[in-house]
Amino acid sequence: MKNEWPLWEIFIRGQHGMSHRHVGSLHAPDAEMAIKNARDVYTRRNEGVSIWVVEANNISASSPSDKGPLYEPSESKVYRHPTFFDIPDEVGAM
Amino acid sequence: MYAQMVKSEATNDDPEKLAEFQAKIDADIKIEPKDWMPQGYRKTLIRQIGQHAHSEIVGQLPEGNWITRAPTLERKAILLAKVQDEAGHGLYLYGAAETLGVSRDELTEMLLDGRMKYSSIFNYPTLNWADIGAVGWLVDGAAIMNQVPLQRTSYGPYSRAMIRICKEESFHQRQGYDAIRKMAEGTPEQKKMAQDALNRFWYPSLMMFGPSDKDSVHSAQSMAWKIKINTNDELRQKFVDQTVPQAEYLGLTVPDPDLKWNEERGHYDFSEPDWSEFFDVIKGNGPCNTDRLTARNKAWDDGQWVRDGLLAHAKKKRARHLAAE
Repeated sequence: MKNEWPLWEIFIRGQHGMSHRHVGSLHAPDAEMAIKNARDVYTRRNEGVSIWVVEANNISASSPSDKGPLYEPSESKVYRHPTFFDIPDEVGAM
Repeated sequence: MYAQMVKSEATNDDPEKLAEFQAKIDADIKIEPKDWMPQGYRKTLIRQIGQHAHSEIVGQLPEGNWITRAPTLERKAILLAKVQDEAGHGLYLYGAAETLGVSRDELTEMLLDGRMKYSSIFNYPTLNWADIGAVGWLVDGAAIMNQVPLQRTSYGPYSRAMIRICKEESFHQRQGYDAIRKMAEGTPEQKKMAQDALNRFWYPSLMMFGPSDKDSVHSAQSMAWKIKINTNDELRQKFVDQTVPQAEYLGLTVPDPDLKWNEERGHYDFSEPDWSEFFDVIKGNGPCNTDRLTARNKAWDDGQWVRDGLLAHAKKKRARHLAAE
């Protein structure tokens, strides 16, 4: 199956002002066809106002086994959240 | 249910990793493509999602048969939209299966040479327009029964595909009920056609859930992995309970003399379909098995030059683009 069309990941902007979100993938020979196919597959019911397509093998992803080293350090840094600090009532909204 | 009698694969993995994996599933943590998973889980999912995808694609054939003969332009546009949805559903599911390490072309080849199955229901013919209504109402209705709980399945890409499919599937069932209602409320001849369609599609629809699996080890494993949420009997009962009042509203009779409301159980009692017919159909001896596979093979072969041509064009364009840089 060496002649299989490459896989593309599809990102759709649902509404003006929102960011593009990953919605799924599809096969297409090139970017132009990927956009055409994405329009047919992922926006048949008014789901989008803009489409991005990225060939799947161009995406690099973090590894699930790195979950600990990558994300655990942030768990102990509660002072990064505004609710960590008590502001006296007299000061008012901040 | 578009996946029938999916056998679970034995798993031969490190017991510690297996226990960790099962704990994640029990805690409703989704499994994602790059996460560790038992070989059996992966293989069973490929089989199940693949069979489901094939059913969406083959399912276009009995309905596509009526696009050019729909009674009005509006019905034609609706049916066209529905059949287009089915292609999309197939695509979402092939996409989910591909994240497990199998390619879409590999899955397609396994469908075309008969190594993989599709739902038994699509081996029945759609003889007239009333059948198109019955297919939407009953066949899509039965599919929804199975697909709604599968939105909570443990495998992330499969779950996301199911959520997308369920959003669209309700349109399919409602347009079918609307089409058959028009006939049931029409002339006596039209009502007779609606009744005839119900007569022919009732038992094949009940078969869609597969034979009773309450004692099946495969089902027990799939349920522990949360790639199957309910037993076949539970879903079939739910389907009957939901569908009987809908038939009554239409003034149509469910073709089962033993169908009766059971006050004590709070469910309808109903007759089992003829399971020997079911096994015969999945063995390849249904009314349309040969037609369906011939049509799929022809579409694949006839499309070869289009796939090759577009790929050649894309390569040429890329080369020209690189040369210009």
